[in-house]
Formats: sequence, C-alpha cells, structure tokens
Amino acid sequence: MKYIDEYRDNRAAVKLLAEIRRATTHEWTIMEICGGQTHSIVKYGIDQLLPPEISLVHGPGCPVCVTPIETIDAACYLAALPNVILCSYGDMLRVPGSRTDLLHLKASGSDIRIVYSPLDAVTVASKNPAKQVVFLAVGFETTAPANAMAVFNAAQRKLPNYSQLVSQVTVPAAITAILGASENRVQGFLAAGHVCAVTGYREYEPLAARFRVPIVVTGFEPIDLLHGILMCVRQLEVGSCLVENQYSRTVSRSGNSSAQDIMQRVYETCDRNWRGIGIIPNSGLRLREEFSGYDAESKFAITIEPGNDSAECIAGKILRGIMKPIDCPAFATRCNPESPLGATMVSSEGACAAYYRYRGQSQPTAK
Amino acid sequence: MCLAVPGRVTAIFGEDPLIKTGRVDFGGIVREVNLCYVPEVQLGDYVVVHVGFALSIVDELEAQKIFEYLRQIGEMNLFDEQQS
Repeated sequence: MKYIDEYRDNRAAVKLLAEIRRATTHEWTIMEICGGQTHSIVKYGIDQLLPPEISLVHGPGCPVCVTPIETIDAACYLAALPNVILCSYGDMLRVPGSRTDLLHLKASGSDIRIVYSPLDAVTVASKNPAKQVVFLAVGFETTAPANAMAVFNAAQRKLPNYSQLVSQVTVPAAITAILGASENRVQGFLAAGHVCAVTGYREYEPLAARFRVPIVVTGFEPIDLLHGILMCVRQLEVGSCLVENQYSRTVSRSGNSSAQDIMQRVYETCDRNWRGIGIIPNSGLRLREEFSGYDAESKFAITIEPGNDSAECIAGKILRGIMKPIDCPAFATRCNPESPLGATMVSSEGACAAYYRYRGQSQPTAK
Repeated sequence: MCLAVPGRVTAIFGEDPLIKTGRVDFGGIVREVNLCYVPEVQLGDYVVVHVGFALSIVDELEAQKIFEYLRQIGEMNLFDEQQS
C-alpha cells in the first residue's frame, strides 16, 4: 500500500538505526505521546533496537484509556435506559466501569451500537425518531472535527433525539502537566502526527521554549518513528529545544483550518478529568452553549461524580511515563484483555494492550 | 483514536464543501469518506482518513524527502569506505 509499505522498509530502518547510533553520546529519555505510536514501537521492536542510552517512555495519548471511569458509568447508565440507543466507537465497549461495561450491557439486551464514523450515529437518530440516540464522543483533536461535524449536522437537521456524551481531550495541556510534574524524566517528545494534522504545531512552540524540550511531530510507521527519534536525539545532543516536523507529508504548521473552524464553532475548552491522572486544567473540550441541546449530560440531567478505579491498576503511572506495563504485578496475570483491570489493557492504543499483544505473557527480561 | 490510514481518492460527490463525500481506495478496500475537511482535494490524491473523515492530503514531495536523505547517507558511507 502506497505511503505505508515504503515506511516499513527494512533497509531504511537499518540506515536510520545506524544514524541514531552515530548521533547518540548521552542517555536520553523520550516520550511518544500517542498510543498509536506506542503500538507501532512495541510491535516493530523499536525500543529494543535503539541504542541502550535511549529510553522510550509511553505517553497518555490514548483517549479510550484516559476517559474517566465516571463517564463510562454514565454511558452504562444511559445505555440501560429503555428508550436509548447508545452509539460508540468499538474500543469503548470493553473499558471497565465501576460495576460493569458496555459490552456486558449489550450482551444483556441494551441497544448499544458500534459505529465507525460519528455521522453513523446521526443516521441512527434520523431512522429511529421514537428513540433517544446518545453518542459517546471520545477522542483527541484528531477525532474532534468528526465529532463536531456530527453535532453540526444534527443541528442543521434539527434532530431532537440526538445527543453526545462528551469526553474530548487535548494534547498540549497534557504535555504541560507531564513536564510540570516533580517526578518528570522526559527530555524530548514525539508529538502525535494526526493530532497535529488537525491542529498544526504552532501551539507546541511556546511549550518547547518554556520547558526547554525538543518536540518532533512524528508519524506512526516504523520509518517515521525512527526518523523522529533521530531528529529528537540530534536536538538533545546539542541542547536545542525546537519544534520540528518529521511527518511533513501530512502535517503543516498551521494544520487544517476548516477542521479547526468547525471544532471551534461546536466545542470550547474546559477542564477534564483524565483517568489515572486527575484533573488537568484546559485539557478538554465541551459543547458550546449554542449546542447545549445536544449535550447528553443536560438532556438526561445526569451529574457525573468522580468514580473509583481499581486499586491495583497502575495505568495512571503508565500514562505519565513513570512505569511500564511490565512493571505491573497484575500484568498478564490478573489483568488481560479479556478481563482488564484498567483501560490501558483494553484499547487498541493502550500501552498494556500493546505489550500483551506483541511481547506476550512471558516474564520481562532486562535490556 | 489517532489511527488514520492513507488511501487514494477515486470519486468525489457534491459541490457544497460541507457535504462533500467521496470514495477512497485503501489498497483494494474502497470506502465512502467525508471530504468536507479537504475542500481542495482532487481525484487521484492520497488522503489520510480517520473515523470516516479525510483530514489531510498527502504531500508527495514531502513524502520523498526521507528516502532522498537516506540515499545521500548511503552514497556518503560508500565514499567513506572507498577513502579508507
């Protein structure tokens, strides 16, 4: 497949690894933001191929993983109501809530439908006028334009039976929280390529300058990741702290202006609770007043109270890059994809799911 | 959620940008995609698609740069080997 196969070329990978080896003279800790990047790193063994001086830590860029447990509980509550059809991206169904999850509810008869595009949920609403359709609107800035267009579309069609349970999160505030934490060890970032395809990377420039860290906007294929790591290491070695764009075939500095327009018309910035991390100020999006008629929380008069996670789950530490999945005593024993303790074992972008799938259930060995 | 896949635009429908849709070929699998966020898209362009929406048109020239760079490194390494 064009624009995929050539970015998985073995010879190119070998050359880039040699360049990284040549460039590295100190120990460096680099965080990749996005769960999709984590999966690619673990799948292709990039972390094991890099020189030992380079430590890759995994970031919180998995919107399924950071959706607060209380939002899952709210989705479960709504899905169980007799006249509600709950629509969701597939990944959300197995995420554990306080008592149950959407998949179990679906199995016991609740009308829960997996959608590929958020517009599919709008179609379900128009075809089922007697039912209330709630869409679980999860995602980072990559997904926000699509989620926003769904609300825009429903509003244009004046659909009275469509609403969103919003759990949108944004990246720059998370980077600020990670770098501002006292236990932070991250020295450089690989920023999420598709988030930046939407937002551009202008807002990362003040972050790089303020915290003096290089930030490289990076793609998802192994050649992209190796190239991004090379660019980051070269900056670290000379003490540079600029924003660079590795993923230039897809990302521009100003991003996608038509997507940003619709996002800003429909959503506004708010504080958000990140599962395992806590409240990060200005790290989320909520529906604007003009679209409040499409907000499931007000439509169904639900108050979302902070919930309690499994005491054993260390997902919060994994999402902040402080620990790895293999550091968890429950990994692959009491916690696995069939019976997960936390969201990072469920999501296709979750770090624990990546290690389980690509590293197996064997005991971790020292590098 | 960040997972987006590049595919080739094989059909475009609709004049109004907000309801522009098209067909995108992902290596043999063809899907209907919303093109409202890539108003300047042309037939034959490659777009990156996420949850049914094209978010970006792939820039062919930029895509080649890393391979050009690797070619240059390869030539330089060969030169170094010949010198020593």
